[in-house]
Amino acid sequence: MIPISWYLLLSAFLFACGVTGFLTKRNLITLFMSIELMLNGVNLSFITFATRLGTLDGHIFVFFVMVVAAAEAAVGLAIIISVYRTRETLNVDRVNLLKL
Amino acid sequence: MAQYLFLFFAAICAGGAVNLLIQRKTINSALSLIVVMGSLALIYLLLGAEFVAVIQVIIYAGAIMVLFVFVIMLLNAGEEEQAKGSRVAKIVGIPGLFIGGIIGIWVLLQHAPLQKTMIPIGALYGPADQVGMMLFTKYLLAFEVTSVLVLIAIMGAVVLARRSHS
Repeated sequence: MIPISWYLLLSAFLFACGVTGFLTKRNLITLFMSIELMLNGVNLSFITFATRLGTLDGHIFVFFVMVVAAAEAAVGLAIIISVYRTRETLNVDRVNLLKL
Repeated sequence: MAQYLFLFFAAICAGGAVNLLIQRKTINSALSLIVVMGSLALIYLLLGAEFVAVIQVIIYAGAIMVLFVFVIMLLNAGEEEQAKGSRVAKIVGIPGLFIGGIIGIWVLLQHAPLQKTMIPIGALYGPADQVGMMLFTKYLLAFEVTSVLVLIAIMGAVVLARRSHS
């Protein structure tokens, strides 16, 4: 028997790690991975509360979050490749112009 | 027994998340993110979410992370450049993070309904057939919209990553 707050603590910790990485890292790809970490933390909350409420709706939501994350990763990484081709850097501080 | 299992997997998960922040090389961050996702799949299994655990491994650890590692190798993304952080962030941010974290942990651990609600292993059994039945009845419209979204994402990725000839 595991208290529900343990799951929520782990979920909050993962989300906080994601936010910290997003704010402190400078590499575009690492920023993307931090977003995935945040999504994973939220998914754990969804599953925990689905178990608490006794309905499977939370599982469906996690499924949709995963599909959106996959679509986002595909488009985002394509944008990163395109940015690298024109700027030849992955540092977000140097990508500060909309048009070259 | 269940508590030890949970603590073991949660420790692996938290360690992977912290390692993602510490590592300087992008590929090491990506590999520790795979560790986080694998241990999260095991935690989902502890909660009884069978279908979600399997698609966590297939979609996240399989598809998305392969894409990440592929792009890292394609762009030859090496070590991250050190950025000098602002002093305000160091003076205000780090103590603020600690205080906020301690308050959050205290609230979650003191909140009686959350602390007293105990979940046994596999409390809500969510096998693929039940989740699939809900997906194709109650959430059918959302499922169809998702398929359009994925189609647009595929086309967008192809258009964006293509080398322009002009």
